[in-house]
Amino acid sequence: MTSSDVLRSALRGLSANRLRSALTMLGILIGVAAVILLVAVGNGSAVAIQERLQALGTNTLTVSANAGFGAMGGQTRTNSQSLTMATVAALEDKDAAPDVESVSPVQSTTSTVAVGSTSESVSVTGTVPTWFVATNKELSSGSFFGAQDVEDHARVVVLGSSTAEDLFPEGDAVGSTVSLGGQTWQVAGVLAEADSTGPTDSNALVVAPLTTVRDTLAGYGALSSITVQATSADTVTLAQNEVEAVLDHVLGVSSSDQATYRVLNASQLLDTATESADTFTVLLAAVAAISLLVGGIGVTNIMLVTVTERTREIGIRKALGARRGSILAQFLAEATILSLLGGALGVLVGVLGSRFQISGTTPVIVPASILLAFGVSAAIGLFFGSVPANRAARLLPVEALRYQ
Amino acid sequence: MSTTADGRFVAPLDDLLQPAPEATPAGGGGAPAVSVPVIDVRQATKTYGSGDTAVRAVRGVDLVVERGEYVAVMGASGSGKSTLMNVLGCLDVPSTGQYLLDGLDVAEMDEHALALVRNRRIGFIFQAFNLIPRTDALSNVEIPMAYARVPRRERRERALAALELVGMADRAHHNPNELSGGQQQRVAVARSLVMSPSLILADEPTGNLDSESTDEVLAVLDRLNRMGRTIVVITHEDHVVRHAQRRVEMRDGRIVADEPTAVPA
Repeated sequence: MTSSDVLRSALRGLSANRLRSALTMLGILIGVAAVILLVAVGNGSAVAIQERLQALGTNTLTVSANAGFGAMGGQTRTNSQSLTMATVAALEDKDAAPDVESVSPVQSTTSTVAVGSTSESVSVTGTVPTWFVATNKELSSGSFFGAQDVEDHARVVVLGSSTAEDLFPEGDAVGSTVSLGGQTWQVAGVLAEADSTGPTDSNALVVAPLTTVRDTLAGYGALSSITVQATSADTVTLAQNEVEAVLDHVLGVSSSDQATYRVLNASQLLDTATESADTFTVLLAAVAAISLLVGGIGVTNIMLVTVTERTREIGIRKALGARRGSILAQFLAEATILSLLGGALGVLVGVLGSRFQISGTTPVIVPASILLAFGVSAAIGLFFGSVPANRAARLLPVEALRYQ
Repeated sequence: MSTTADGRFVAPLDDLLQPAPEATPAGGGGAPAVSVPVIDVRQATKTYGSGDTAVRAVRGVDLVVERGEYVAVMGASGSGKSTLMNVLGCLDVPSTGQYLLDGLDVAEMDEHALALVRNRRIGFIFQAFNLIPRTDALSNVEIPMAYARVPRRERRERALAALELVGMADRAHHNPNELSGGQQQRVAVARSLVMSPSLILADEPTGNLDSESTDEVLAVLDRLNRMGRTIVVITHEDHVVRHAQRRVEMRDGRIVADEPTAVPA
């Protein structure tokens, strides 16, 4: 039998039971589509996390007070162990920390911002101009406040994009005034919209000079955090070591369990997040692989039924001179066509399906997953089809002809 | 009949209408060409199972069928004639004894060689027609040639010629379920002769047919025999036997009668 004969008789066999063939293909289709789609979802969420973390700036370190046991259990921490302007000054020492580009103290609080009758609760960040650079903030209109504004205790604010939209629906925020903590402030600029897919809106914020925020809203307690920018992405780890050395000295920490501060490294955070996203993707892929396996078992099952049903036909073919290989080829071809067609349709469904958002994630297709899923579906045809095909090929002609 | 180097079968189309060719025995070497019987069974037995439950279906049969003969094998149910038919058709091998088909010892063949023998040297006609379902008459007749790797165009021509011979050319594109029993059996006859086999083996070919269809099929077999085909038909119907030249009767796994029929066809 030539290969076109084999193909033709396989297609004839499959079309004899259209519904059964379609349902078997559906099993493979779902498996392949699931692999492509779930891997795309996992990958999509990993990409989203990476983008969000990269927006934070990969060459920044965030120093914050340790929210550990000491901080919670009453006022055990002395003032000298808190982050203060003195700490900032120590970190700015180029001799002690040569890889530090800038140090930006941050005082955060929440307050109510209002324009006329519109008001909303926002998080207020009191800081210095270098913070905008360190955290990759960009303007959509107006300008940042400058070092002079900090020195002058100027009442100027930069609004986050969604805060600006809420308060100034007409988009005339820059130059207008807002009321914040009972005082009147001038709007200097509006930040460009930052990627925000988390539970909290990172675009709902007000940034103001550190000095003014301390004057009017937060008081002169400890700083909330210090944002340190390294000279480049490559020197982040060096800068982190220097910062820790300086802090240990300034804050009088002798061993790491006593540390009253912690340093968050954005690139480390990125690594951790990527790792966990990868684990997530692998888990999803494993679930999908199981459904592909179930589809493959469906192929075996149906092919076993087909072989039993066509035992007599196999006997006739053997009597007419079919060799073992010809029978094997015919049933293998049927199984492979089933799984290849199912696989191809599965790729189609998977690719189409990944154009939609799935539970807040935009799936990003991994090209290798398409190849893998399609390849596996072809292999499934050969592998899971070989058991029934072998059984068919091994039938004795006398026995097969006697079968009713 | 000729075979190319790669084992492909290339019989000319008009083979169908010619007397069956002489086959040369295996290992014939330079011996002078002598007529080798198509069937030469020597002391063949076939036993199913073993020990106390063993069934001795065939208990020592000697049978020689010369080229061009038309032999009817008769016998009651359980006489061993179906088992003999399976042995003659190379669907089964004898437990002991020898079976030479065209002078070739079947017992020495492996599965692959047996498939080849069934394909080239034997044409089967079954009681239940045994056409492949959902496959039209023409394609059914082409199947043995597909296994012999005959080129597609030649396949088609030969299949059509064979259908013409049995008077089914006008139904070439009908599926088996669109044909009457007699028509199906005639397609099966066409399929059995399309490879120009040495032997046409018919197992109760008219068992499932009405008298009119029976006459049609028997007429086709008569014609094939007149063209020189060797035919062995297994039956228990007397009027089928009358078409044959020789009558072999089996009982309890043995041949009890082997004689020319009263009125040769």
